[in-house]
Amino acid sequence: MAKAPKVARAHPLAGRQFAGNGVTLAPVDIASRVSLRAEAGALADIGKLLGFALPTRPKTSAAKGRRTALWLGPDEWLITDATNQRLAATLAKAEPAGCSVVDIAHRNTAIEVSGPNAAAALNAGCPQDLRAAAFAVGAASRTVLAKAEIVLLRTGEDAFRVECWRSFADYVWTYLVDAAKSA
Amino acid sequence: MLLIRCPYCEEERPELEFAGAGEAHIARPANMSDISDEDFEAFFFIRENQKGIVFERWRHIHGCGRFFNAARHSVSDKFIVTYKAGEPKPELTDEQIAAVAGATGKSGK
Repeated sequence: MAKAPKVARAHPLAGRQFAGNGVTLAPVDIASRVSLRAEAGALADIGKLLGFALPTRPKTSAAKGRRTALWLGPDEWLITDATNQRLAATLAKAEPAGCSVVDIAHRNTAIEVSGPNAAAALNAGCPQDLRAAAFAVGAASRTVLAKAEIVLLRTGEDAFRVECWRSFADYVWTYLVDAAKSA
Repeated sequence: MLLIRCPYCEEERPELEFAGAGEAHIARPANMSDISDEDFEAFFFIRENQKGIVFERWRHIHGCGRFFNAARHSVSDKFIVTYKAGEPKPELTDEQIAAVAGATGKSGK
């Protein structure tokens, strides 16, 4: 049988950049991502495979090295690995303990929104309170940005990561550029 | 915009993250294949649609994804209390009801 040709992954926002009005937008490099649904009994096993404990409080995240785990719901997490390793295969070893690991690396992409007006630009389409008191560094939440569902993570005082579906990437990027121009 | 308290996220979130899902506390009959057409109709289609205090299912669809229940006033649109799915109907005090019934149909949207 002929060997399958190796196909390079294309970034949906390749080559785009924006900076102005106190907002910088940058596509986040291709990474591996996992949607995890887990029962309480499986959390210890997953923590061992992951290298750190999953966050269990609402609107929080945990990170170690280049891996980040975001609390999305009482039994749901989004886990990213910026080194683009086969994260799903690693975590799937915990499935017998009572969890579901789904590789969503090709479904999601992310945009880094930074700068002193980053929160203002996001608030053009995101109705959540993004002041530091309500959405501290490390806070993470699934929410909306205009018509698109996003997962928002605050990575710094003036820096956010917006995770969205790759099919929405053009919409989210264009919306954020417009928002940044009027931020 | 309404702020709705999600009992799973343990804080108030903007209305845009939520979706309404009809009347709460409707138990699906365990013997579905045995019940009469009239009983099925009553279970499946007939809703109270009361003016005043209503108990509703809501879903934090663009948040934690969880279904939960809420007591709300159908005229003023105001929420009295939200609670996790599976918990019993809360007892509402007269003060709680008076606090939401006073409005004249303006929801604050």
